Amino acid sequence: MFKQLSSPHAHGPTKTSWVMQQVSLALLPGLAVLTSFYGWGNLINMLLAIIFALGFEAAIMALRKRPVMFYLSDFSAVVTAMLLALSIPPYAPWWVTLIGIFFAIPVAKHLYGGMGFNPFNPAMVGYIVLLISFPVQMVEWAAPRTMTDLPGLGEALSYIFLGIHPPDGVTAATALDLVKQNSGLLMEQLWEQTPQLSTASFASAGSEWVNVAFLLGGLYLLWRKLYTWHAPVAMLATLLLLSAIFYDGGSSASKGSPLFHLFTGATMLGAFFIITDPVSGCTSNRGRLIFGAGVGLLVFIIRAWGNYPDAVAFGVLLMNFAAPLVDYYTQPRVYGHEKRSNVRIHRE
Amino acid sequence: MSQNLTQRIKTAQIWDIPGGIHPPENKAQSLKDPIAEAPLPKQVILPLAMHIGAPAEPLVQVGDKVKTGQMVAEPKGLVSAAIHASISGTVTGIEDRPLAHSSGMSGPCIIIESDNQDDWVDLEPIDNFRDIDPATLVEKVRYAGLAGMGGAGFPTAVKLQPRHTIHTLILNGTECEPYITADHALMRERAEDVIQGALLMAYMVGEPEQILVGIEDNKPDAIEALQKAIDRAGDSRLSQRVFPTKYPSGGEKQLIQILTGKEVKSGGLPADLGILVQNVGSAVAAWEAITQGKPLVSRVTTLVGDALGRQNNYLARIGTPIADLLELAEIDRNKSDRVVVGGPMMGFTLLNDQVPVTKITNCLLVPSLKELPAPPPAQACIRCGLCAEACPASLLPQQLFWYAQVEDHDKLRDYNLFDCIECGACAYVCPSSIPLVQYYRAAKGDIRESEREKVKSDHARLRFEARKERLEKEAEEREAKRKARMEAAKAKQAASDSGKSSDGASDLVAAAMARVKQTSANPEETRLKLERQKKTFEERIEGIEAKIAEAESDDIKAKFSSQLKNTQKKLDGILEKLDSLENTASQEEIAPAPEKDAAAAAIERAKQKSEALAGMSESEKLKSTLASLKSRQEKAAAKVAEAQASGADTLEALKTGLGKIEEKILATEKQLTELGED
Amino acid sequence: MQSAFSDPILIFAVIALVGLAVLFGAVLGFASEKFKVEGDPIVEQIDSILPQTQCGQCGYPGCRPYAQAIASGEANINRCPPGGQATINHLADLLDVEALPLDAESGVEEEETKVAYIIEDLCIGCTKCIQACPVDAILGAAKQMHTVITSECTGCDLCVEPCPVDCIEMITVEEGLSNWHWTLPPSSSKQIEGFKITDVITTDRVKTKQDDAA
Repeated sequence: MFKQLSSPHAHGPTKTSWVMQQVSLALLPGLAVLTSFYGWGNLINMLLAIIFALGFEAAIMALRKRPVMFYLSDFSAVVTAMLLALSIPPYAPWWVTLIGIFFAIPVAKHLYGGMGFNPFNPAMVGYIVLLISFPVQMVEWAAPRTMTDLPGLGEALSYIFLGIHPPDGVTAATALDLVKQNSGLLMEQLWEQTPQLSTASFASAGSEWVNVAFLLGGLYLLWRKLYTWHAPVAMLATLLLLSAIFYDGGSSASKGSPLFHLFTGATMLGAFFIITDPVSGCTSNRGRLIFGAGVGLLVFIIRAWGNYPDAVAFGVLLMNFAAPLVDYYTQPRVYGHEKRSNVRIHRE
Repeated sequence: MSQNLTQRIKTAQIWDIPGGIHPPENKAQSLKDPIAEAPLPKQVILPLAMHIGAPAEPLVQVGDKVKTGQMVAEPKGLVSAAIHASISGTVTGIEDRPLAHSSGMSGPCIIIESDNQDDWVDLEPIDNFRDIDPATLVEKVRYAGLAGMGGAGFPTAVKLQPRHTIHTLILNGTECEPYITADHALMRERAEDVIQGALLMAYMVGEPEQILVGIEDNKPDAIEALQKAIDRAGDSRLSQRVFPTKYPSGGEKQLIQILTGKEVKSGGLPADLGILVQNVGSAVAAWEAITQGKPLVSRVTTLVGDALGRQNNYLARIGTPIADLLELAEIDRNKSDRVVVGGPMMGFTLLNDQVPVTKITNCLLVPSLKELPAPPPAQACIRCGLCAEACPASLLPQQLFWYAQVEDHDKLRDYNLFDCIECGACAYVCPSSIPLVQYYRAAKGDIRESEREKVKSDHARLRFEARKERLEKEAEEREAKRKARMEAAKAKQAASDSGKSSDGASDLVAAAMARVKQTSANPEETRLKLERQKKTFEERIEGIEAKIAEAESDDIKAKFSSQLKNTQKKLDGILEKLDSLENTASQEEIAPAPEKDAAAAAIERAKQKSEALAGMSESEKLKSTLASLKSRQEKAAAKVAEAQASGADTLEALKTGLGKIEEKILATEKQLTELGED
Repeated sequence: MQSAFSDPILIFAVIALVGLAVLFGAVLGFASEKFKVEGDPIVEQIDSILPQTQCGQCGYPGCRPYAQAIASGEANINRCPPGGQATINHLADLLDVEALPLDAESGVEEEETKVAYIIEDLCIGCTKCIQACPVDAILGAAKQMHTVITSECTGCDLCVEPCPVDCIEMITVEEGLSNWHWTLPPSSSKQIEGFKITDVITTDRVKTKQDDAA
């Protein structure tokens, strides 16, 4: 009847595991659209990634002598696995996924102290390791349904598990790559000449609808108040502004239209599912605005002038570095104090 | 609400506070019925410290008859409040009882057994308070025992004597915590007294320019009742401010920010801004204390929670055991695992339901297990920032949490831990269920403790250094004296070198050393001391044995037996010492004989004797010879008697020996008389 | 053959270097005056960390001598049982050395604060304890009963040994209402012990919906 408990005795309904479940749920429309446009690849990768991730997580928790099920049930490993699987090309071999998950979960997450202590987004660390180590496998994205017949389930499995290289028709350069490699063509000409763009409805074939799906998932999470609008809006607005400035009327020097940049590549996935990761992002709303704008800026710079066609992962990791600095300068003014606090922020 | 009223309220400007949360309000269940009067308790327990500040000083003794409303303890010191008998009856004890406190500890209480009469003392009502000097009124409030009834328990009279001019009096009717409706019910049913109380308080603090009644918009019936009372009072300074419901708007600092847009400086008081905040319950209590002369002997307490059958507001006598009220509200003890005093956000759990209702008990919450489940184990902080968004003081709870964990007190201070009002909004929203407030409370307690320790250690350092200085000075003085003496001795020596006198100084030292030796080696004294010790230890052992016999629990017994063992050991040690002392003493007596042969000893003795005799005068010599002869005569006579008894053949020889001694005695006596004649 | 000194480049170089040296010297000199750190000497800082029980368990006659010994490097920082691990960590921080565990030779860290108490019935008034007390916390005179001024006592127990009649006891200062405070919650791994995984799931949002409906 009597026990000593510190107040508060009431607790809000939001729980970390519930948050993670909602995030996984919100990723499903994107996965569905990816599967419908590019075939079974991403679905298989995702299942594979989740199994690997849970396996690593359980093994590490067992090694750290923690209750395994308690930690698995927070769903954070599943979210990391899903994000990584959605970023890897659909027909990348299974070991690519395994290595990616290895660098995401044991290295980027647990070597830094586990859940809540990782300074970098684990999924993005895994992705970058893969991108740098296996450029061949990582830049070959699948061709969308609008360009070619999709491989069946059996073929997909053989590409992933048997090491059979998908034929040229199945893989194709991404739209972002095409715009980047463009030399001398006006935007309109480029659009007409390349099927990735000519078969698109408004941005780039396949990718555009995937982005719409992620946008919808993100809006769902916003509606459930899982995070604030600050970071995504800041990132998308920055990207929009920069791409508008450098659109250059569609000349041969153009870096692509704003619509193209917003709905191609990993833009929406990044804006709503990656830069909103609380652990490696900024803590205050003002900080999140800066964080989002920074990612948007870096994404555009790398897309336009960098060596890699897409840049969300780089942008996020670079801003992860900057997050403590941003947090330092965006501390709120405490009630009853005249000046903002200026104390070193601790990042676990 | 009339259209006119709504408009008037809406025109006043209000400000927003940062953060805040919207937990389910759960206020309806205790507001269905009007305030009910709880039956008279059979016994009341009145803690001497129901308020912040110094405990009150008892004025009664066990066995005294008291009447309801009689002062039983008076305020002691500036920040204190009086305590009154809340029922009539007999004082049956002034003793430690468990208190309504998060620690569950006990404290001094006055216990009164009811005579069921509820016989009141004669009250001294004041018809028109404006005829009386404000300072007198404040003193009356102090002796009426008023203490902040919103939950903090700060003595009301102290707040009514601000050091600064008050231009705004704020009446706090916010009651922002879920479940609690004590103030709400009071405002609804006694709006007139609330407003009149406000005017009374305004008079006491020197008539401020405005009197604001702050209330959340989730209490429409109370807002309407208050507005009517305000209109009737017809004082243009009075106005009601309604603002959106949000927790914790009712915090003093938060309410000031909402109503005036100003912030109380960190570490400062509202009075620094010229603002005074009083709870509506305190206003009613002040009104009763002055106009009816009635001290604070009862208060409205909300009994709420799914484990209670009758959730309602009760007017309970202060000191009523909480268990009585819980029974009154038909508690189902199987449904709940805790009783919370206060609301779900800032209340504390009870460790015992025999504790009394106090002046600050505004709510007793007995939630069912389903209603407010205990939080699951904490998960890792994911830095989601929800806590920072919820914090009404704009702190960074996640940073405070980290540094509280690693006990980095400097950093905690840098992050303004002491601006935390412990409202619990951060812990409420935390998705990882981290008990943040407990971390902050522990850290604050630790910091305060280490501050106390720091003060103490600084003090100890000063004393240590002062002592060192003193000892050094003493040593110097001794040294100086010694030197002076040496100088003197040298001078003396130089002077007496020709006169050849003995060295006085060295004689003194030798004598002192001899004295020391004597005292330290005196076996008799040591023995006496040891015997004294033995006696006291025996007494102690008896005492402890008696205690063991009395002790009830095994714990205490074990404690005493270990004490007994120790004492016994010490006693054994003393006995041992005593034994060894006696042995050496007897050995000393026996030892010399076998060590040296008898002849040598005799020669020694004779030598000593002759030496001794050498220095004596003629008559002295004779006397001593006589004495020794007489003792020899005695010994010889004894031996003769012995021989006679045993019939030994040495009898004759002995008899001759005795005769010879007698002859010698006579001769010596003759010599002595001759000498005396000379 | 040209003399080395007649080479203008060399002369310029020498002039430039000398000029730079003078300039930087001036700047450094100015800076050292302007930003002079008026820090406590290290002994003061160490002494302020030590608990000032003056108990001598470290082997030095008081806290300050121990502070001096630490400062001069002749003593380790782990010899103060009354301060315990917290003091050792603090010292390690200050001196930027490794925080060692408490030296067992010096004694063990006691959880509770203690003060000396003289059993007055037994006291014979020998003043031995008064001489032993490092902070003059014992009051009394020869052949008179002695007593401890509790508020001044540091709990060093130096007075216990000299007492010829064993009348001094160290008693624990009990936690009262005035010094009670919350302690840190148990570590999360402790909280999880005996915890069922379903407990986490059932406290989710689903529950409030039911409650709302009710």
